[in-house]
Amino acid sequence: MKNIRLTIDKITGNSFLVLTLLSTVTVVLIGVGLYYKSLPILQNSSLSSLLLSAEWKPFKSSFGFLAYIAGTLWVTAIAIIIALPISLLTAIYLSEYAHVKVKKVLLPPIDLLSGIPPVIYGVWGVLVIVPFVQEKLAIHFVEFSSGYSTLAGGIVLAIMIIPLIISILLEVFNTVPDGLREASLSVGATQWETIKHVVLKKSLPGILAAVVLAVSRAFGETIAVLMVCGNISEIPHSIFDPCYPLPALIANNYGEMLSVPMYESALMLAAFILFVIIFLFNTISRIILYRLEGRMN
Amino acid sequence: MKRKLEEQFFKLLMILCTLSISGVLIMILWTITSKGAGSLTWDIVSKIPEGGFYIGKGGGILNAIIGSIYITIGATVFGLLISIPVVLYINVYAKKNSWLATTTRLTSDILFGLPSIVYGAFGFTIMIYFGLKTSLLAGTITVTLLVIPILVRAMDEVFRVVPEDIGNAVYSLGGTRWETSKILIRQCVPGIITAILLSFGRAIGDAACVLFTAGYTDSIPTSLDQPTATLPLAIFFQLSSPIEEVQNRAYAAALILTIIVLVISFTAKYFSKKLSKNKI
Repeated sequence: MKNIRLTIDKITGNSFLVLTLLSTVTVVLIGVGLYYKSLPILQNSSLSSLLLSAEWKPFKSSFGFLAYIAGTLWVTAIAIIIALPISLLTAIYLSEYAHVKVKKVLLPPIDLLSGIPPVIYGVWGVLVIVPFVQEKLAIHFVEFSSGYSTLAGGIVLAIMIIPLIISILLEVFNTVPDGLREASLSVGATQWETIKHVVLKKSLPGILAAVVLAVSRAFGETIAVLMVCGNISEIPHSIFDPCYPLPALIANNYGEMLSVPMYESALMLAAFILFVIIFLFNTISRIILYRLEGRMN
Repeated sequence: MKRKLEEQFFKLLMILCTLSISGVLIMILWTITSKGAGSLTWDIVSKIPEGGFYIGKGGGILNAIIGSIYITIGATVFGLLISIPVVLYINVYAKKNSWLATTTRLTSDILFGLPSIVYGAFGFTIMIYFGLKTSLLAGTITVTLLVIPILVRAMDEVFRVVPEDIGNAVYSLGGTRWETSKILIRQCVPGIITAILLSFGRAIGDAACVLFTAGYTDSIPTSLDQPTATLPLAIFFQLSSPIEEVQNRAYAAALILTIIVLVISFTAKYFSKKLSKNKI
């Protein structure tokens, strides 16, 4: 009887170890798989010409990613500029000022917002944000904008990343010891001064990590942005111009890519570029957060 | 005086920001409901597309609803089969804060951060490698990869805070690690349910993963190698149609998906509340 119990323990231990290792190796497999698929185009043309050319003509085998990279950067920048101040102020309020009862009312909407699927954000963006940009904003600045623009993509994306930034910031503020706050208050600082000079200062690495995580989330968001940003492969000159981010490029062309030589490989390279950037950003910011929470030895 | 004024100013700004977030949520739900409710008929949820569906003729999106449910349930079951052992290994079998446990947690955080379009592209790569076509199977495998890190992270959070005394009590009675695991699983049931619901919510709403791998079809799949329609793609494709009836059906589909996700969210809330009550 005793032997059977020990054998079961050993078998489960070993098989669980294998599964754990497998789940960890997945991240390497994804990288290798995408790299392997993008090899043909990398052998065909140099990386710098791919990244720095804006000419995208799959039928002539010229694949320049510049317009798409520019589109991604624009949309992400707009999203962060809108989302960061709002999330920072909300997180400070919820963590430093709000009473427990107030928190109980205000936290659930943020959770719900993070659970809404991207495609729903897209529908809402088409119905509300696109007309808003076209009718209320663009007419004051440019002659014509369809509303399907970099700005619309940025606004929708900002709302999608706000819950993510807030939840990380709340965790970060939580790691600041209460003793520090009390010390500052006891020497006569107001609560706002304590926040400015103690809490925010102490949380700076964590805030940075939150921003980096939000940037990488924004880089990869596909469907919602694709639905509102216009998808014209030109480098946008103003925020009212349409743009075409990398994930949208991949998603929009998956059907026809098999029929044109190198096309599939070019799109897989786009996915590989996204993977590399987001992998690096995530690794750096998670390590910062682990250090803050004392989970790294 | 200036100090107080500054504080008052920022406090007001903070309250405005916090309220505006709830405002945006209400606005999104209102837009989706008011647009979708008018077109939401019994036909839409109970019929598959009939001839001429995409030029505004009869039928519904039952194919997409069923397809989404198939993929979501399949992915969550496969995901659990992998993630429960992983969580048990890093919390029970491995030494506390061992190198492997930390690395696994870090990796699942990183995998959690990867966008679904990358999973979609990778799923597509595997699919081509094994000679599969866009199908229920390929879609399920890809979504499984997407939900594993969600499940691991959510369950790990619960297992990590179980008091060590419970494990020690089992060990002191001569129990093995496997027997300890069984006790801990029972202790963490509400947390596991919350994790399942989280993964459900994410899997059912994801479009970029299934776009490459599950394909789209007007019929309900009857075997694993058939293409499968999904709700998010049904919304996406119908919204891009120029015909008004088809667009209206996209709004109805969006309302259906929103209701499903909200029900899942509220159920998850209920179980996580239960969890904090049971805490020792």
